[in-house]
Parts: sequence; structure tokens; C-alpha cells
Amino acid sequence: MKLTAMSIRKPLHPALRALLPLAFAIAALPAASPASAQAQEARRIVAIGGAITETLYALGVEDRIVAIDTTSVFPPRAAEKPNVGYMRALSAEGVLSQSPDLVLMEAGAGPPPAIQLLKSSGIAVETMPDGHGVEAIAQKLEAVAAAVGKPEAGKALAEGVEGDLERLESELAKAGPKKRVLFILSLVDGRPMVAGSDTAADAMIALAGGINVFSAANGYKTVSAEAATELAPDVVVMMTGAGPNHATVDPFAIPALKATPAGQAGALVRMDAAYLLGFGPRTADAARDLAARLYPGAIEPAE
Amino acid sequence: MSALTGSSPLARAPGERSLVQAVALALLAFGVLATAVLAIGIGPAAISPSRVIQILAAGPKTTAFPLGDVIIVWQIRLPRAIMAALIGAMLALGGTVMQGLFRNPLADPAILGVSNGAALGAVSMIVLGGGALAPVSAILGGYALPLAAFAGALTATLILYAIATREGLTSVATMLLSGIALAAFAAALMGYLAFLSDDTQLRDITFWNLGGLGGVTWEKVAISGPIMLLVLAAAPMLARGLDALVLGEAEAFHMGLRVERLKRLAILLVAAATGVAVAVSGTIGFVGIVVPHLLRLAVGADHRFLLPASCLGGALLLLVADIGARLLVAPAELPIGIITAAIGAPFFLWLLMRRRDFEGF
Repeated sequence: MKLTAMSIRKPLHPALRALLPLAFAIAALPAASPASAQAQEARRIVAIGGAITETLYALGVEDRIVAIDTTSVFPPRAAEKPNVGYMRALSAEGVLSQSPDLVLMEAGAGPPPAIQLLKSSGIAVETMPDGHGVEAIAQKLEAVAAAVGKPEAGKALAEGVEGDLERLESELAKAGPKKRVLFILSLVDGRPMVAGSDTAADAMIALAGGINVFSAANGYKTVSAEAATELAPDVVVMMTGAGPNHATVDPFAIPALKATPAGQAGALVRMDAAYLLGFGPRTADAARDLAARLYPGAIEPAE
Repeated sequence: MSALTGSSPLARAPGERSLVQAVALALLAFGVLATAVLAIGIGPAAISPSRVIQILAAGPKTTAFPLGDVIIVWQIRLPRAIMAALIGAMLALGGTVMQGLFRNPLADPAILGVSNGAALGAVSMIVLGGGALAPVSAILGGYALPLAAFAGALTATLILYAIATREGLTSVATMLLSGIALAAFAAALMGYLAFLSDDTQLRDITFWNLGGLGGVTWEKVAISGPIMLLVLAAAPMLARGLDALVLGEAEAFHMGLRVERLKRLAILLVAAATGVAVAVSGTIGFVGIVVPHLLRLAVGADHRFLLPASCLGGALLLLVADIGARLLVAPAELPIGIITAAIGAPFFLWLLMRRRDFEGF
């Protein structure tokens, strides 16, 4: 999927390049002009990070996006835009070749020398706030919207997500005892790599009203078969869209996982990777869909 | 040393051979220059060649052209082309010297554990830079990673040298074997660090291991350039010694060659060349093997010719590979190590099938 997005792109049309001096004139305006006034003029945006691309599409400014990165997999039509590569291995000239006037990045985009070159060439480069909590998502959405001159739309989007998540939380309070969830990031050769604390998956489990059974560990770690049995999850969550074989791997074919309550009940949830862990405008829906699978009957899925 | 002249096993038919060598060197030098010009002239950003020349002529501070174009030519393409040429020269030189020193066509800085030492330094910084090594990365900033790689290469070399040297004599065989062990040990430590690392760190490690010149800046050229030029200047001092070593260490010694001094100088140069190259561009495979072999098969194993020719050949290969890295998936960028191996390996195999004799070995 990512490979197709990396296909060869044609150089920029000369007519578009004619806009460049104008863009630079605007970008070079003194710092006295407020950031939002400058950003309103941003006509050629490079979006680095899946959540940022999703947010820009949700704000309806997709025709102002000139390029995306390999983590931008939603909406699928974003793949029609030129792709500047993986967000942590950007090429300064590659980004510059799209003649952007604004580069919006998720935290962690790099490498630093490339970012430095982009900044020194007079392009507005903005790093969006990071994080997985309800507030952090709202802040991220509002920051992206403000950067492209749509603060009101951003506020509405953020309030929508916050409201949805709050409603979900109050419904979850009545949904009965919390389910114990094991999130398997990948299952290669029978060795499950599982989400611990401080991961996007951990945050999503919390939003959906579950308990991460592996929260004692930090980050994604491979667990031994015995340890997996010991964790005794009620539900196993896996991702689709994370490699060709992933969707067909049956975790309960592994005896250690078959022995857990989840294995006995056949409780397996598969959800799209970008949807579940993107932490963008669709996160409230993703949390609700996951919750609906964890507590069938008590929670209705998003429409 | 003058007694060695003419005693090189490869000095047959001197007139004919030296003409071929002179032509080959001239062709290589021309190739490097032409490719460097090409590398500065083309890229994912569509700037016409005439405009590139105008921008170059106008100087880095010109305001007559859009700032983006000036940055691309002066701050991105120019330092990158210089660095590609220098790193290519370092990698090929390292391979040539190792193969001469060990009298083994497979020798390469990677086998000695020098590359792995550098890689271990870099991976430590990637994984621990935010944790245990945070004070170091706070002081050194963006230079923490390259400096850690260089320190790793030097440490590996020093350990090797200490192990292989007894009573002032350095055993080449011991060094080769302990190098393999050291490389395995460094790989084990890297594996452990990979186990500790999170998702993004893992991807950083993978990308770094495939090499790339995307992060080259004038500051990096200014820091690493002098070391590389020093290595280039010192390399010719090895040529006659390496030629004599082809006969064997004892024979070279009896011919009046100061074998221990030669070995020490050779190892120091390889460590410096590899350390700097890996520090700046990550591990770029295959250049150190393929370039010396190509040239040896084509024009012979006389090190007075082979050393400069390898430097030029390495520079040429890496310049071409970097143009590919920048253009093939533009506006994204391919890791350059993929390209050097993808160009180098099939070409090398084709050459081996055509000529089965390893001249010089």
C-alpha cells in the first residue's frame, strides 16, 4: 500500500512555479503579522503525518494540499497527491520541489537538518501538538485548523470529537465491568508484539473503556507465550491494513492465546490501523466502534 | 624503499601498463567531474540547468533568484555532491587498503567490525539519546549521532589493535578473526538496543542502516571534510608497501619494508575513513568491495594506480547512486545503500562471469 504511494511523480508544472515568488513574499512578511493572517494565504500545503492529512481533508481544504507523506493513508484519495516519503526521513529538496508555502508536521518529523533547511528557505514550518488524550486531540485539530486559517471550523471539529468522546464515556460507565484487552500490533512467526503503556493503542483502549492487560510494560514489546496466557485478556484486538498477511493471521492458533478467556470465547476484534490509531478527526468514531465490539449491546457503533 | 621499484610482481610491461593506467585515471577523473556537475544540475525540483549555473555564479547570498532555488542549489545540492564524492572515495579506499593488507579479496571495513562499531555508536544515540545519553545529546545536539558513530569506529579499532598486537607485532590473522568476533558482539548489542527501542526508533535505526546523504549540510562538510582530505593525502604512502605485501609479510620485511609501521598506518587510515563515512552517511554497503575489484579486474592490482583509481571510482559510484536516490521516488528519497548494492551487485556478478581470474590474488 505504501509502495504504490511512493510511485514516481512528475516534476512541477511551470505555471505553478510562477506562483513561487508570491508565496515567498508572503512567507517573508515580518513576524509582526499574526501567524493566522500569514497562514490564511497558505495555498500550497505539505502535510506530514496521517492525522494532519485527515484533519485537512475534514476541514475541506484538500485542494490546498500539494503533497503528503507515507503515513497519510486516509482518505484513500490522498494517495493521488505526490508523496514526500516517510515523515522521519524527509528530503529537503523533495519537499521544496513541491514549492510549498506551508509545511504542517506532526511531532517527530525529521531529520532535523532537513527541517532546518526548509525553515531557512523561508517556508512556514509548523509542528503540531502531539498526544493521545481527549484534550490533546482537540488541541491538535484546532492547531491544524488555525494554521490553515480555519480556526472556527477547527473549533467545531474539536468540539464534535470531544462531545462524542464524552458521550461514549458516560455510556461506558453504564456498560458493566471493564473488559481486559490485549492489543497485538503484529504476530510474526507466532510471536505476538503487544502494546504496553505509553502507546497509541494503550490510549485507544482507555478511550474505548477497556483495561490494557500489558500496561506494566512500556512501548510495544514481544511477549512470550506463557506471559500472554498469564495476562488473561477477555478480548484480543488486532489491526488490518498492517501488512498483507496480517488480516489472515489467527492469534488463537497459538495455544498460549487459545488458553486465555479471549481465546476460549473467540473474542477477536480487527480494525483498520490508521482509523484506530490515527488520533485525528475520526478518533471518536474509532473509539466508539471499538467500544461497541468490546461491549456489544451496551454501546452502539458509530454510523 | 627504492630497492622495491621494479620488484612489484605487477610491474610487467611497464610502458604499456602505465599508459592504460593513465588513461583510466583520466577517464575516471573526468567521470567524477561530469557526474558532480550533473548531480548539482538535476534533482526533484525542476530548476533549469542554465538557471543552476546562474545561481552558482551569483553566489550563495544572491537575492536575484527565489530563495528556495538558491537554497536548493547552494545549501542542498552542492554540499551533497561534494560529500557524496568524498564518502565514495573513503568507502572504496577503505576496501582497497583492507584487501591489500589482508591479501584477501573479501576484506572490507565491515569485516573488521569497524563499521559495526560505528553503527553501534549511532544506534546507541538513536535509542538512548532521549534517556541514558540525554546529557550528551543535549550538549551536542544534531552532532551527537555522527560523533557517536565516529567514536564507535575508533573504539572498535583500538580494541582490535590492542588484541592483535603482542610485543609490538600486529598479527593480521588475529586482527581479522577478532574483527569478526567484535562485529558479532556489536551486532548483539545493537540487537538489544533494537529490542529496547520504540516503533519510531526502530524505523530510525532501519533507515540509518540503509545510509543516506539527505542530512548533509555545509557544517558537516566543514567538520568531516578535513579528516577525509587528510586520509586522501596520506593514502599514497601505503601504495608501495601494499604492493610488496602481496608477496607475504616476511618477504616484504626482507625487502626492507617497515611492515609494522605500514600496518599501523593502514589501520589508522581505514578507521578514520570508515568512521567519518559512517558518521556522515550511515552504513553504505558494497562500495568498498565492488569498486576495488572492478578496477583490479580492469586495469590491474598495482596499488600506486589502484589507490587513486579506487577513490575516483568510489566517488563516481556514490555520485551516480545519490542522483538515483534523489530522483527515483521523488519527491521522496530512497536510502542510498539500496542503490549502491542494486547497481553494484549485478554488475559485479556479470564481470565475474566474464573474467574468472582474480588478478593480484
